[in-house]
Amino acid sequence: MECYFDHVATNPLREEVLEAMMPFLREEFGNPLSVYPLGIKAREAIENARAQVAGLINSKPSEIVFTSSGAEANNFALRGIALARQYEGKHVIVTRMEHHSILNPARFLEKLGFTVTYVNPDKYGFIDPDSIKKAITDETILISVIHASPEVGTIEPVKEIAQIAKERNITFHTDGVATVGNIPVDVKDLGVDLMSMAAHQFYGPKGAGALYIREGQRIIPLIFGGIQEGGRRAGTENVPAIVGMGKAAEITKEELHRKMEHVKKLRDRLVDGVMKIDNVHFTGHPENRLPGHASFCVEFIEGEGMLLMLSAKGIYAASGSACTSKALKASPVLLSMGIPSHVAHGSIVFSFGLENTMEQIEYTLEEFPQIIKRLRELSPYAKGWEGLEEGGTCIQKK
Amino acid sequence: MYTKEVMDHFMNPRNVGEMPDADGIGVEGNPVCGDVMKLFIKVKDDRIVDAKFQTFGCGAAIAVSSMITEMVKGKTLDEALEISKEKVAEALGGLPPQKMHCSNLGADALRKAIEDYKSKKRQN
Repeated sequence: MECYFDHVATNPLREEVLEAMMPFLREEFGNPLSVYPLGIKAREAIENARAQVAGLINSKPSEIVFTSSGAEANNFALRGIALARQYEGKHVIVTRMEHHSILNPARFLEKLGFTVTYVNPDKYGFIDPDSIKKAITDETILISVIHASPEVGTIEPVKEIAQIAKERNITFHTDGVATVGNIPVDVKDLGVDLMSMAAHQFYGPKGAGALYIREGQRIIPLIFGGIQEGGRRAGTENVPAIVGMGKAAEITKEELHRKMEHVKKLRDRLVDGVMKIDNVHFTGHPENRLPGHASFCVEFIEGEGMLLMLSAKGIYAASGSACTSKALKASPVLLSMGIPSHVAHGSIVFSFGLENTMEQIEYTLEEFPQIIKRLRELSPYAKGWEGLEEGGTCIQKK
Repeated sequence: MYTKEVMDHFMNPRNVGEMPDADGIGVEGNPVCGDVMKLFIKVKDDRIVDAKFQTFGCGAAIAVSSMITEMVKGKTLDEALEISKEKVAEALGGLPPQKMHCSNLGADALRKAIEDYKSKKRQN
């Protein structure tokens, strides 16, 4: 049986979305800036997609700027706002829950002379609005907090933090890549100034993302050039991908509640079964989390081994262990939640989508405990973490 | 990302488990970094007659452990000391570059197991 349980990594492209895109990969190849019918058609298609994406998050179409990805939207927001407001102050606040496409631009801003505060979550991966409040200085111009963590599923109190920022005239950005298309997201209700999103997180194509920019919000472009996207993002538009993002947004809006109910049922059943295994810890917030997201740390074994053995059984999941990352470090998100690194190495994440079934969950609940048992038989820590320090330090990680 | 040989040794590891009457034990790595290998050897007339391992780590770490236990069996201690990280990786058809150092603990664990055997022998 094949079970794709890695929907936080990406989603398959929906058939209806592909169909909507196809004309723009074939005969409708016009440049949206051209004045003849081919160009007009492409331009109209983009504006239609803009309205569809706006409809999903309750913004005005003019507040949507298309980008190549969620990562680009995050880079655009952080760098664009910091540079636009640098003469008012040079302090930026982000959290330890953020994606690399927030953390690395934040480090880049530090090199430009900005000061960045990295706010820690609690043990559930939850950012206390008060800890953001405490980090604010007279110099703070921008706060960026992820809407929900793809690693542990916790949904952050973005509305409260946006209010705190607003009261102090600080621009507020949220990375909505993991939430838009997975839970209801209303930018007016949340009160955010900017929000990033990615089409492939809701069955749209890769290569399409967007940044919501509240009307009246000044921002410096990331890509300078022509007048595309109102001069805020230059480059001839990726028309097929944008059309696909629009179509995916339209369908997602209609089926969101059905999808949430479906994946939550699957998630709850999996969590129920997995938590019966000894020495397994649930990570992230138990209730306040993405409906289709289950994350655990399995003690005494390592994540990549689990992923490979699951994969051999046709079950595809994710991990935040050091060995699965090119950086060879345990997930900074898990570490910031206070999970010790030897436990964080046993991290595993299952994320569900529309096409998953209860049969797949039952199959996984048969296979997964056996895989854990097998890897524990190989482990020198099968009986516990005694003698943790023997063997010396991490010399090989230089 | 892994070769057929790595996947074979990971999915069907050889010589797994503790060896209660081991003549030498070597531990390399640290669970904080993500990979730990514990290697047990049985020695007779300066020759390794049996080897077993326990490993906490990724696919590469487990495959390396399995492979080195196969490689050392029947070798004299001097021959075993010749086994380098590179030779283990080569026997596995290569390792991804980022795994070459962190997960390739077999040769170091083996060296420690042989040292352990020699120091025990001196004490007797």
